[in-house]
Amino acid sequence: MPVARAFFYAEKSNNITSGEYQVELTGADIFVRSLHEEGVEYIFGYPGGAVLHIYDALYNQDKVHHILVRHEQAATHAADGYARSTGKPGVVIVTSGPGATNAVTGIATAYMDSIPLVVFTGQVPTHLIGNDAFQEADNIGITRPCVKHNFLVKDVRDLAGTIKKAFYVATTGRPGPVVVDIPKDVTAEKAVYSYPDSVKMRSYNPVHVGHAGQIKRALKLLVDAKRPMLYTGGGVILGNAATSLTKLARLLNFPVTNTLMGLGAYPATDPQFVGMLGMHGTYEANMAMHHCDVLLAVGARFDDRVTGNIEKFCPHAKIVHIDIDPASISKNVKVDVPIVGCVDNVLRVMLKELKAGDERPDAAALGEWWQQIDEWRSKDCLGYDRDSDLIKPQFVVETLYKVTGGDAFVTSDVGQHQMWAAQFYKFDKPRRWINSGGLGTMGFGLPAAMGVQLAHPDATVACITGEGSIQMCIQELSTCKQYALPIKVINLNNGYLGMVRQWQEFFYQKRYAMSYMESLPDFVKLAESYGHVGMQITRPQDVEGALQEAMQQKDRLVFMDFLTDKSENVYPMIPAGGGQNEMILI
Amino acid sequence: MENEAGALSRVAGLFSARGYNIESLTVAPTEDPSLSRMTLVTRGTDEVIEQITKQLNKLVDVVKLLDMTDGPHIEREMMLVKLQAAGGNRNELKRTADIFRGRIIDVTDQSYTVELTGSGDKLDAFLQALDPGVIIEVVRSGVSGIARGARSLKI
Repeated sequence: MPVARAFFYAEKSNNITSGEYQVELTGADIFVRSLHEEGVEYIFGYPGGAVLHIYDALYNQDKVHHILVRHEQAATHAADGYARSTGKPGVVIVTSGPGATNAVTGIATAYMDSIPLVVFTGQVPTHLIGNDAFQEADNIGITRPCVKHNFLVKDVRDLAGTIKKAFYVATTGRPGPVVVDIPKDVTAEKAVYSYPDSVKMRSYNPVHVGHAGQIKRALKLLVDAKRPMLYTGGGVILGNAATSLTKLARLLNFPVTNTLMGLGAYPATDPQFVGMLGMHGTYEANMAMHHCDVLLAVGARFDDRVTGNIEKFCPHAKIVHIDIDPASISKNVKVDVPIVGCVDNVLRVMLKELKAGDERPDAAALGEWWQQIDEWRSKDCLGYDRDSDLIKPQFVVETLYKVTGGDAFVTSDVGQHQMWAAQFYKFDKPRRWINSGGLGTMGFGLPAAMGVQLAHPDATVACITGEGSIQMCIQELSTCKQYALPIKVINLNNGYLGMVRQWQEFFYQKRYAMSYMESLPDFVKLAESYGHVGMQITRPQDVEGALQEAMQQKDRLVFMDFLTDKSENVYPMIPAGGGQNEMILI
Repeated sequence: MENEAGALSRVAGLFSARGYNIESLTVAPTEDPSLSRMTLVTRGTDEVIEQITKQLNKLVDVVKLLDMTDGPHIEREMMLVKLQAAGGNRNELKRTADIFRGRIIDVTDQSYTVELTGSGDKLDAFLQALDPGVIIEVVRSGVSGIARGARSLKI
């Protein structure tokens, strides 16, 4: 038995820390041992020539479970779903060349939403780099604009240290994907194994604590506010600050709106929650944003889908912005009080100072403000035709909410169904709503649900999707079978690329260019051919029963094909160039 | 910056990806071989410069960043100019080079090569002082900068 193997079996009963033994391991064994050190449970991937040594090393251990996807894009989305639902980094391994390029969409998706991933890409042997070798691609160059950082490991002696750095960079500060490119010869060569206990990088020092003076200035603005607004984003979820945010909002009795990425950071069923804001946000949330006099933005980045026309954004407000990333502050909208730091840290300090003092916002002014907000609420902007003979997609999501008791993990793809899921599934807890907000990646939902289901084997995981998006990663139904993942696929099938059709209806005089698919598969048979349960639902009165039946099949993937109203649109809507007070209501 | 392969392309890539303009860029290792120093010249409103500064600081390979224009500083650029110097204009070209404190570092019966160091403006002024017809080739190094007085960019 080779030395490295002996070491592997020995260490299972013997917790060897770095430096105690001078053991030489191959790069592949160092790789696997390093993942053990990082506590990695799952690695999502697809083998190929450049990573065969690593796969051989994975074969010889049972701590890191490899999940074999059917396309590398799905590996990154699955790791992403795992990361979003747990807060732990998602880990991926793909081979060189096409393996790495296929992973790029998933890496860019994670980058836009600040999700911690560590993606290992195989590379041709060092002596062939730059030679146009078989399955060679410049992985570092290709991924550079869509990673937080990337590393090329040229020497096996640097491998363990680089892996440590990769996990550190991915998970600290504003999180993000990190790519580690490993040439094949590096995985074959040997080096003395020692995993560093800690990592220090002189050029990378994320800020944790907010500036005390700035926090004081912010609190002064908050207690003096007459029409305050809390606008919170994905940073609250990534920074595990939902509890602090909820406490602060309740103490101040301020209205709260969440971005698409921030849903679940504040309980959606709480009366202080005014719904999502932005292009398809609620009337009350957008009107409150437009009229507020003090805006506290927490872990949000003033995305164009949130602000609408930047010239017309929050015209009356003094703005406080808490964010871990200084580059997010005053990027799109000039901020009056910037606070750089971990959102949870800053919110805790704010709470402590507020509780220590006796200054509180003017209750009478707040009362008037709430009265105004309730008036906006009474428009019932999310209303839809409940008496229709056709299945309304909103009704499916509402019923899913009811049937799952609001306690499911919900992933989505991109388009109309995504907006309906965000509007109608009321998320009370963080990390339950898993969607590609920044990049808007169709094909995300099903593989992301795989990562979520692996991390939460007993939870209900629903993937709300459409007949367009689901076909972008439909092959993963096979992965779901292999690992017995009982995901519930909710296919809102209207026969159109719905969001494209909606824009064509509104802005292109109903010229439906390429937004209709002529030959859709029979999704029921398709699901069955992959070994799953398929259902087709065509009448509104069957929706609830079908969902209940699906949920009862605890150990099966159920693919539910809902044939919905083809002409339904997402409302309300702020058209491009519009201000927050210029919404199209139904 | 860390003196590592790829550090330069991260900076250049950031500028092209975000639509910022690089007017000039120089980079070389420092007395500490693990570090290299880059001087980059760009233009923009205060907001744009603030955003560029923040984005550069986010790059993991950037160790420290100083906006030279925040205080008094010295800029220097080196230029090599090959000039057509045959017959009557040779003396005139020599005098012009002298006025700008340039040095003629290569001579043939047909040409002079002038080496000139100074701020970008001074180099521009020298080129403008010449008859465009005599300029054969211009090589500029890009600007290097250092702060005046005690202020320094040291790790």
